[in-house]
Amino acid sequence: MPDDGASQAKAAPVTANGIAAAQETKRQRIRLLVRAAGMLPVLLILCLGFHFLSEGRFFTGQNLGIVLQQAAVNTVLAAGMTFVILTGGIDLSVGSILAASAMAGLTISKLPDFGLLWLPVAVLTGLAFGVINGALIALLRLPPFIVTLGSLTAVRGLARLLGADTTVFNPSIPYAFIGNGSLTLIPGVASIPWLSVIALLVILASWLVLRRTVLGVHIYAVGGNESAARLAGIKVWAVLIFVYGVSGLFAGLGGAMQAARLYAANGLQLGQSYELDAITAVILGGTSFVGGIGSIWGTLVGALIIAVLSNGLILVGVSDIWQYVIKGLVIIGAVALDRYRLQGSART
Amino acid sequence: MNDPILEMRGVSKSFFGIKALRQVDLTVYAGEIHALMGENGAGKSTLMKILSGAYKPDPGGEIRIEGRPAHIHGPLGGRAAGISIIYQELSLAPNLTVAENIYLGREVSRSGLLAKSAMRAGVGPILQRLGADFTPSTLVTHLSMGQRQLVEIARALHVRSKILIMDEPTTSLSAAESERLFALVRQLRAEGLAIIYISHRMDEVYALGDRVTVLRDGRLVGSLDKSGIRADTIVRMMVGRDVSSFYKKDHDPEAGRGHPVLTAVDMSDAQRVKGCSLTVHAGEVVGLAGLIGAGRTELAHLIIGAAPKISGRLELEGRPIEIRTPGEALEAGIAYLTEDRKALGLFLDMSCLDNINLAVLGNDAKLGWVLDRDKARERADRAFTGLSIRAANAGVPAGGLSGGNQQKVLLSRLLAIAPKVLILDEPTRGVDVGAKSEIYSIIDNLAKAGTAILVISSDLPEIIGICDRVIVMRSGHIAGEIKRTETSPLNQEDIMALATGMEHLDA
Repeated sequence: MPDDGASQAKAAPVTANGIAAAQETKRQRIRLLVRAAGMLPVLLILCLGFHFLSEGRFFTGQNLGIVLQQAAVNTVLAAGMTFVILTGGIDLSVGSILAASAMAGLTISKLPDFGLLWLPVAVLTGLAFGVINGALIALLRLPPFIVTLGSLTAVRGLARLLGADTTVFNPSIPYAFIGNGSLTLIPGVASIPWLSVIALLVILASWLVLRRTVLGVHIYAVGGNESAARLAGIKVWAVLIFVYGVSGLFAGLGGAMQAARLYAANGLQLGQSYELDAITAVILGGTSFVGGIGSIWGTLVGALIIAVLSNGLILVGVSDIWQYVIKGLVIIGAVALDRYRLQGSART
Repeated sequence: MNDPILEMRGVSKSFFGIKALRQVDLTVYAGEIHALMGENGAGKSTLMKILSGAYKPDPGGEIRIEGRPAHIHGPLGGRAAGISIIYQELSLAPNLTVAENIYLGREVSRSGLLAKSAMRAGVGPILQRLGADFTPSTLVTHLSMGQRQLVEIARALHVRSKILIMDEPTTSLSAAESERLFALVRQLRAEGLAIIYISHRMDEVYALGDRVTVLRDGRLVGSLDKSGIRADTIVRMMVGRDVSSFYKKDHDPEAGRGHPVLTAVDMSDAQRVKGCSLTVHAGEVVGLAGLIGAGRTELAHLIIGAAPKISGRLELEGRPIEIRTPGEALEAGIAYLTEDRKALGLFLDMSCLDNINLAVLGNDAKLGWVLDRDKARERADRAFTGLSIRAANAGVPAGGLSGGNQQKVLLSRLLAIAPKVLILDEPTRGVDVGAKSEIYSIIDNLAKAGTAILVISSDLPEIIGICDRVIVMRSGHIAGEIKRTETSPLNQEDIMALATGMEHLDA
């Protein structure tokens, strides 16, 4: 919670007791800072380590661009997943929704007169699936794991159906620039891939909703204590439909980003097991699996860690098989470190 | 008396440089009930956790059990040393049977298989000795709170504990269940156990305590023998000042009694509430008394729309009103303080600031949805000074506060909507003496300001101390109503007679 910690820790008056209180406040502020920094040190160490091991090939403009681009889609999915996990839920269907949205988008993009509409269609397809998930969970009171496990399978089937189980190509898809173009910051020197710009905007929008709106507080409240939220007059069902809707919406956006990048989509292969990477990013980011605690900035760091790991291991020349093993171990190790770090701040 | 069974000398404990206990001495004899009192945060739980082995005391102090130095290590250390603790929140697994719970962690097995019948047979005599009305194979989930406590006690006896520590054991018991527990505690004393009894309730300490030890701010204030146990002495020792008017009731019941604000007629749910009607007037504090399970909380839940009703209607200030959800109740100006603030009230991981503002975020918001953080901070600051909430600042998580301060944070959330009707369900449960008296004066001031207040409480002295009128419930019905008059003040006997149905026997 980088925005709340420092500003609220007010200086205590300097009296006999005040000095001890001031020290305590200072200690608390440091603790909050450490907590806010979260996995950032791990990310920096990983970057430096890979830079050193790859003999200076990590910190180059070109490589950093690749890392950011690779992190983009997962960041967007993980942002949606953060909303869901903050309420204590889970969304296993994002990979399938991504595929279905990309297929729907590509199909529309080939229509002569409506081609430009493919982007909103993709995003809205994702939203629709998300809202259906949310409605089943909120109104029928079904467990999120079960509902989204079901839609993981069902929506995957729909994605295959959309392209008649083939790969759909469109080499002249409109808005292709968002998949492969870059936003020039300083001509010839610095640019940033549009995919990364979108991911960053998604993070910013998520932060705004979570930290600056009434709905955001309600999301944390539902995750922290659902019964208390209900008694406090919060419309828990509306909050749940919203978070699964957001998760679906971002999965749809991710589908559009993939479609624009690849000029193609395959209902069977696209987005396979993306939900696992998204969940991993959220957990690496320090969001509590039972809900109520976490931040979107942590999720961004988590997504970057995953991207840096993939990229760095390739740079260093580790074989594909060992990459799996190392990635898995780093995830477990990082979360173990997190637990250890947070032990001191456990409430009494 | 013979040699003490437990002797603690100069025991201290500090956390990160903060002293939670300083040089505390405690001497307990076999065959005595030793009451341990003190406000929340006085160090009672720290002392208990040292005895159970959860905390390691600072070097320097000494603990002797039956004259021998004891080194209590790890969670099982206390049990090994003959000490059992029964916590406020009971630690039973509801999905297991009574016998399995009693044997938990020490299961009997024959060649790797659970010897269930041997375990059942092993706990039978103890349950009999305690006068239990359930069998070893009963699932704990089917037991009442009082019966569960019995299981905890049986577990302590089963490991042959010599010292039994009970932490506010009557918190969730009805009056009848409490009486049974007292009898049992006395029986255990006669059998030679040493019982350390932690409680906030003076009447229990009177009824049970052979000696009382009082802690304040981590220090030993002193111990009293049976002859010296007096309420005002103990309260003064606990808070370090005189509490002349503990219960505060300055508002004039006659002048304050304005127009009817809330009228509930014929409220029923499917099981626990049967045709209850009541009225609360402006500026009036009405008590809702009754035994645990009489349906008081359930009636409150019906009024605020937290549970579906099968019959009944509500009037607010003379106009009929339909309330289907707690949100609609809040919008109408009916606020409900839950009896279970941790499970149903607070968001323990969220800041006090968010907890206080939660009900009014929507009204305060800019553009309908954007948080107004200045307003929120102002409101939290006002609540902190107005209700004297003690915490480092409004940004700290509510879960880190003491019971009394948590209750004040929750109360601030309700007061933020400026309610017309305030329903308080056990407003001082698990709250220390100092905060209790503060909560009473908050209630008094709200009544003076014209709020209609309904207080559900199992603490009869509290009901008598702060209410103008008492409605008594018994098994889902309104059993009767008692008014305070000049000539006859409220008394516990009348209320208990209605609550238990004894008044029919007299007639």
